[in-house]
Amino acid sequence: MELEKVIEVKDLTKKFGDNAILNGINFSVSKGENVVILGKSGTGKSVTIKCIAGLLTQDEGSLKVFGQEVKDLDADALKALRCRLGFLFQSAALYDSMTVRENLAFPLKRVLKIKDKAEIESRCIEVLQAVGLADAIDKMPSDLSGGMRKRMGLARTLIVKPEIILYDEPTTGLDTITSKEISQLILDMQEQYDASSVIITHDIPCAKITADRVLIMNEGKCFAEGTYEELANSEDKFIRSFFK
Amino acid sequence: MPNQLPFSSTLVYLADQAYFFKSFFRNIFKKGFEWEELFRQSYIIGYKSIGIVTLTGFILGIVLTLQSEPTMKEFGAESFIPGMVSVSIIREIGPVIIALICAGKIASSIGAELSSMNVTEQIDAMEVSGANPVQFLVVTRILACIVMIPLLTIFADAMALLGGFMATALGGDISAKLYFTKALTILDYSDVMPAVFKTVLFGFSIGFIGCFKGFTANSGTASVGLAANSAVVTASVWIIIIDAIVVQVTNSLLYS
Repeated sequence: MELEKVIEVKDLTKKFGDNAILNGINFSVSKGENVVILGKSGTGKSVTIKCIAGLLTQDEGSLKVFGQEVKDLDADALKALRCRLGFLFQSAALYDSMTVRENLAFPLKRVLKIKDKAEIESRCIEVLQAVGLADAIDKMPSDLSGGMRKRMGLARTLIVKPEIILYDEPTTGLDTITSKEISQLILDMQEQYDASSVIITHDIPCAKITADRVLIMNEGKCFAEGTYEELANSEDKFIRSFFK
Repeated sequence: MPNQLPFSSTLVYLADQAYFFKSFFRNIFKKGFEWEELFRQSYIIGYKSIGIVTLTGFILGIVLTLQSEPTMKEFGAESFIPGMVSVSIIREIGPVIIALICAGKIASSIGAELSSMNVTEQIDAMEVSGANPVQFLVVTRILACIVMIPLLTIFADAMALLGGFMATALGGDISAKLYFTKALTILDYSDVMPAVFKTVLFGFSIGFIGCFKGFTANSGTASVGLAANSAVVTASVWIIIIDAIVVQVTNSLLYS
């Protein structure tokens, strides 16, 4: 039985001025699936997930999330769609004027419209425990290390229990041990929350741990697709260069 | 946009501002108004500017009095000094100088804060989470400026009158009661109301320009400095332009 497709991308193109970033990319993500996107810098990986989140609009092609064409959604429908998405930015994008608690409460109050302070507190503690940061609840983001910021970003993404999580280079800038911890955490969270994920990374151990399927992008197109093992053992020189 | 002609890029810039204003205006009335953030911003913009505003107002009053005293004495018109100081401060000097000081302090701080949030993708993170960044960041800051700048100006005007009294009292024998009676009885609604109205517009321009420059900053850390700098310069220019327009309009309405 074919699994339900939560993201369907067909012939997607995107230009910035005369610079074509996406040149007709095609892929899909099934419910509960982790898709890792590999590719050289500037091949349009981040642009692709920003289009999925509705932060950028494609020039041509179709991009459906939960069966809805993203570019056709009005502001309210886009907001409703975003309530079902989570986005972990490369920099974690923590709100630096707020404490960890306030960062976590922000989407709860405004997106899920939870008013009960006890419920907000218990959900903050629950998600912080899940990412191993229970002691940091009253800290400011500037007091957190790089790995803690990523964990915190992940906690803020997970607190609204999204059905799809988009990760933009979740392990960039971290040491090998912390990278492995974050990768394992991504996998654990995906299992715990039963979410589908699109993970952009240059970190091959991260791809190995998290990927159900790997997609390699080159020059704005999908160059190759398969499981981690299939691509790691590929005869193609370009594909193999990612796994060395 | 390097290939655009100056005229068309100016039009694009104005269109961006008009769109930003529309977005601000629509979000004032949307459900889920951020009262808590409005109070927080009012505290930051208002309370934390009291020090500089007090000092500026007080010194303005002293300087204006000391500068005008010799000339007024020459004409035997020392008794008009309190009234002259009060009218000049309340009608023109107080609102404009305090607005310019606030443009330097508040517009730059809003521009730098929002542009740094923009560069570090915090605004994108808010948007993608389904929250409304315009309602949370822009509406609250602009409204806080609209409320707090007039209050700061009124406070600075009072400090300037106090400074004027101190300068007069040090140079001669005048009681506080006589000084403030002379300073305040000369004032009319036509002196006070246009000045207060002007400060509301100054508050709007400081908040709006700060937010617009911050929100539309390019990526890269250099753009944070540029946004802060540009916010101060643009808001200051707007303050001068608004002042000229309001003076012209109130003169034609009240004194023609």
